Amino acid sequence: MKILVGIKRVVDYNVRIRVKPDGSGVDTDGVKMSINPFDEIALEEALRIKEAGKAEEVIVVSIGGDECQQQLRTGLAMGADRAIQIQTDQALQPLAAAKALLKIVQQEQPGLVLLGKQAIDDDNNQTGQMLAALWGRPQATFASQVVLEDGTATVTREVDAGLETIAVDLPAVVTSDLRLNEPRFVKLPEIMKAKRKPLDVQPLADLGIESGHQLSVTRHAPPAQRARGVMVESAAELVSELKNRGLL
Amino acid sequence: MSRTLIIAEHGGGRLNPATAKCVSCAADIGHPVDIAVFAETAADIAAEAAALTGVDKVLTIEDADFGQPLAAMIAPEAAAMAGDYSHVLGPSTTYGKDLMPRIAALLDVNQVSDIMQVTGSHRFQRPIYAGNAIVDVEAPEGAPVVATVRTASYAAAGNGGSAAVESRAAGAERPQHSRYLDLKSEGGDRPDLQTASRVVSGGRALGSADNFELVYRLADKLGAAVGASRAAVDAEYVANDLQVGQTGKIIAPDLYMAFGISGAIQHVTGIKDAGTIVAVNKDAEAPIFEIADIGLVGDLFQVIPELEAALDDG
Repeated sequence: MKILVGIKRVVDYNVRIRVKPDGSGVDTDGVKMSINPFDEIALEEALRIKEAGKAEEVIVVSIGGDECQQQLRTGLAMGADRAIQIQTDQALQPLAAAKALLKIVQQEQPGLVLLGKQAIDDDNNQTGQMLAALWGRPQATFASQVVLEDGTATVTREVDAGLETIAVDLPAVVTSDLRLNEPRFVKLPEIMKAKRKPLDVQPLADLGIESGHQLSVTRHAPPAQRARGVMVESAAELVSELKNRGLL
Repeated sequence: MSRTLIIAEHGGGRLNPATAKCVSCAADIGHPVDIAVFAETAADIAAEAAALTGVDKVLTIEDADFGQPLAAMIAPEAAAMAGDYSHVLGPSTTYGKDLMPRIAALLDVNQVSDIMQVTGSHRFQRPIYAGNAIVDVEAPEGAPVVATVRTASYAAAGNGGSAAVESRAAGAERPQHSRYLDLKSEGGDRPDLQTASRVVSGGRALGSADNFELVYRLADKLGAAVGASRAAVDAEYVANDLQVGQTGKIIAPDLYMAFGISGAIQHVTGIKDAGTIVAVNKDAEAPIFEIADIGLVGDLFQVIPELEAALDDG
């Protein structure tokens, strides 16, 4: 079985985001870029499944300009066997991203597609569900545990009410939550080795997808700030402050 | 066709309060509002939905396959109903986040995720980068708007309604590839974290699951729900359903009290809409103090018992 893992190049999660003064976007000049953390978890899971002998090949795929090859190389250094770049300078919205990924799914016929539950830039949380819908296959989102057996994935999902478990027939789309695993660190020899692993570039235009109705983002603004509050010195003072505000 | 359909969320035979918040968002869009209840037995849930102020009709679609919240089962049916609507809304809960994009894809549209404000029938504001930027988004006219509603941004609709309840037959084809197995819930008798007016949260500084008992005790004294930071959940002091923050629950209680929580941006995202934020932390430099309305630098192991004593003194 092949596993396809989608990874997105995003602003590193430690970077403090600044909105450009003209409201045209978020400042990404000279900012550290990384694999979306949820996607890194998805890749780690794929590698563990392969290491447990339940998959033969792990393929990483990313959509973007040539700069996303950096993240694909990191994915290869983590242990993926080969990489596919869907080359475009446009920022694709989730529906178009799902359609592009579906083309790769049709080429590669993976038994499992693993994605992060959301990208930490746009926070959309849509692509995995959309891919599953367009593919006509099951989805198991927000996974904190994945067990593969006899063509079925039994997935524990982090839901508002607790931990839900569902079983889905393969092939399926699984999206990772934070506690699925802790991704490995990449070692230097692996980085060297990754340079020789295959990276296939497919222009988005060649995939022939219709991006469909797009949302237009017209303005970026910084969020409203909370005013700085008061400091109290003791528990008793805290209680009286809460009483003064009518909260107790 | 300017009409809004809300997909109801429910559990244990009750309507989830997130649905009433979607009704408030739909009211801002301004079109007549219907609610669809997908369930095995819908009557009680539909009655709760029909009582919400501003709802025109409640549509029940009953089938054993809808007894559990499986997106792959519900999405085709909801997408088939969407032809009669300009807008289809669901809550930004794990239920809505799982289901709504599947509906959107079947309708060949992108979803507007996490509406925090309606500025026109097709114009919305939503957060990106964990709430560090807010964007104005415009959905195209002439295609259905599929969206999730950021529940912390809306008050629940009231209970002054008396909508008609209509039963609809399920018609769409349903897949056989997905099966619901079970739900493990810590639950208990405490108020629900997502709707409680008071929340007491603990972080990594609690140090152990046993010590977290302190947080529970104070919460019980205040009639508050209990929450936790990601660090406390990762350390297994408490279960995942108590996590507050970008990847946990985004909440807006009147009073939020954070004990031993440093205030990572991912946590702050989950509490920004709280009425009053109280922070108690040993580290005077902790970022939580930047957003706290009332801060106290101190050791939570001293402060919590002192608070309990002060509360007892009335």
